[in-house]
Amino acid sequence: MGGVGSAGGGESFLIMERLEAIIKNYGFEKRALIPILQDIQTEYGWLSEDLLKQVAQRLKIPSMDVFSVVTFYKSFRLKPIGKYFMTVCLGTACHVREAPEVLGEIQRKIGIKNGETTADNLFTLETVNCVGACALGPIVMVNNEYHGLMNKNKIDQLIKRLYAKDL
Amino acid sequence: MQRIYNLQDLDDLRAEIKKRPQGKAITIAVCNGTGCQAYGCGKVTQAFMDEVTKHGLDVEIKPTGCHGFCQSGPITVIHPDGIFYQRIKPEDVGEIISETIMRNRIIQRLLYEDPLTLEKITYEKDVPFYKKQMRIIFGNNGFINPRNIDDYIAIGGYSAISKVLKEMEPEEVIGEIKNSGLRGRGGAGFPTGVKWEVCRNAEEDQKYLICNSDEGDPGAYMDRSLLEGNPHSVIEGMLIGAYTIGAPKGFIYVRHEYPLAVKNISFAISQASEYGLLGKDILGPSFSFDIEIIRGAGAFICGEETSLIASIEGGRGEPRPRPPYPAQKGLWGKPTNINNVETWANIPLIIDRGADWYTQMGTEKSKGTKIFSLVGKINNTGLIEVPMGISLREVIYEIGGGIPGGKKFKAIQTGGPSGGCIPAAMLDLPIDYEGLTAAGSIMGSGGLVVMDEDTCMVDVAKYFLKFTVDESCGLCTPCREGIKQMLHLLTRITEGKGKEGDIELLEELCQAIKDASLCGLGGTAPNPVLSTLRYFPEEYQAHIKDKRCPAKVCRPLIRYQIDAEKCVICGLCIESCPEGAIASEAGESPTINLDKCIKCGICLDTCPSEAIIVQ
Repeated sequence: MGGVGSAGGGESFLIMERLEAIIKNYGFEKRALIPILQDIQTEYGWLSEDLLKQVAQRLKIPSMDVFSVVTFYKSFRLKPIGKYFMTVCLGTACHVREAPEVLGEIQRKIGIKNGETTADNLFTLETVNCVGACALGPIVMVNNEYHGLMNKNKIDQLIKRLYAKDL
Repeated sequence: MQRIYNLQDLDDLRAEIKKRPQGKAITIAVCNGTGCQAYGCGKVTQAFMDEVTKHGLDVEIKPTGCHGFCQSGPITVIHPDGIFYQRIKPEDVGEIISETIMRNRIIQRLLYEDPLTLEKITYEKDVPFYKKQMRIIFGNNGFINPRNIDDYIAIGGYSAISKVLKEMEPEEVIGEIKNSGLRGRGGAGFPTGVKWEVCRNAEEDQKYLICNSDEGDPGAYMDRSLLEGNPHSVIEGMLIGAYTIGAPKGFIYVRHEYPLAVKNISFAISQASEYGLLGKDILGPSFSFDIEIIRGAGAFICGEETSLIASIEGGRGEPRPRPPYPAQKGLWGKPTNINNVETWANIPLIIDRGADWYTQMGTEKSKGTKIFSLVGKINNTGLIEVPMGISLREVIYEIGGGIPGGKKFKAIQTGGPSGGCIPAAMLDLPIDYEGLTAAGSIMGSGGLVVMDEDTCMVDVAKYFLKFTVDESCGLCTPCREGIKQMLHLLTRITEGKGKEGDIELLEELCQAIKDASLCGLGGTAPNPVLSTLRYFPEEYQAHIKDKRCPAKVCRPLIRYQIDAEKCVICGLCIESCPEGAIASEAGESPTINLDKCIKCGICLDTCPSEAIIVQ
């Protein structure tokens, strides 16, 4: 999981150069708006207002169109994410195996709700509809790592481990 | 890689691949699907490669796509015998090489044990999970390295497109697909041959193909596993479609949550292009076809075909009214044929072996096989491929191995948020399009979520409504506002605030939303509520009238208590309670202060003597 908030500002020449390269890769085509935004998010970690305005300018479309697309699709992030990006699977299989309890426990332990980032920028919490590893449900992903068959005790250990790692 | 220019080249290449020194008499297939990756199969695969190199053995290590039996991952099958080892850790690999490969000894500890007979099973074909299946499409996953096109060609891949180019007119292909009775595997079950014919007959110069792999139903991952494990079968299906319909360009729309599927299908496309099986002048001078991958951006609605088209065009994935159907006016207003991944993967088989062979499988109106993901409260979680018409009972008890912990089976949910829950009384229902629809559910893309006595059906209905509220695109009012009102009603019911007349109001809303929604998302959203109302009315009544949740799931309706007789006064619950709601007098068993208790259940998990009871 790439970047954090630091790269959001639009001033740096370097940032603009990378942005330009991504858009150029799609031939400045308007129909490639979604893949362009996906690549930018992969590069920067999230989509700042500055970046989105730049995309609109380069593709010669109104910023409104860009914002309209960005807010429609769930995978686009308009805020920076924390160091540990925790994704709790709430697919049906996980749901019937008590994923809501697991989510509740994470929320209690790190003190944020779904979609939020902790003040120390350590954790971002999100839920997803299904990661398709149902044999291991309930599943929590931290960045790209799977943690399967979760329960409240294992959540406790996992979060303690992540805190300890960061000290 | 050498480019293939014509049919003869392809035949020569196939012959050459088959003749290659198969000196590697032993192949170890290691499942590298997403499910097994979550178990850590990457390290297992690496360990195998290291061990083989260390001992200088003539053994091929083949990382494959998903084998289906996710419950037992990471999975390894040793060919040619088919020895099946499960739950392998990197530490086990050395022993597998030194014992099984070098000394021909079976390692008992790594074998699968039948939970019913406690018998250890050595060979993959004898594992009960696989025995009742008919894996004509999915079975190849175990023999192919999805990163190696030659593996696919070796098992006869791309021979169906050869046959089509060599000896079939487009009309003949359509006839064959129609005769096979193949119906769309994405859920609605529309006859594929008819769809192709409409698109072929549309009078336009430019036409498109789309492979719908925006597999959004929670608990369903069969399309992903096909793209990951056997991507060339999908490409070959699309090639046949492209020739038949006359479309020079295709798109594969795949969820961004499936990174491995995106990687493997992209890799497969570039390998096929290098061989000249995609691009200009495929297997001869008159046929060209290109495929582009589009990654979804996390919107469930994009599984709906008109939304998916809007998304490829670069905008918000909002649906539009049909007709006109995409086959008449689709992508950029041009005729567009959309099929689901599994449908495309069926095509080469039907062409290769013929419609007569295909129609021998399945029921009168639903032919062939279907891949399902069997998940939830089931012993053998995984992907299964079964003939249409198999009964729920066979799937749950013979393939799925029953319900864990000796619990009672309550219901099975099919078709995701658009489907319904089928109760235990209907276990002998044959699974096909008609059977499921008659039972108030749908085939959908093939998710089967098993529920046991601890699942609250009102809570399940509420779960799906919450899902559709989140995923409704907001364009039409019945879906946007109506489902929200239904969710509001169900939330009240699960909080013990249900009233007389709520059920009637729910039913009225269901009907209105079904009738008036613009697309399938809204039109089918009431199904989970309607089916649970139909089969589990007493659970709704218990919540509304008695303010009780029989499955003890809905938090506002349950309370925790400590059974003084079972309590061993260890004090662990007092320590673990995050709210300080548990206290005790010296030497006595503690009590829970119900005003402070948030019903998190931590005490229940902590108690060593099962003294915490939920009422």
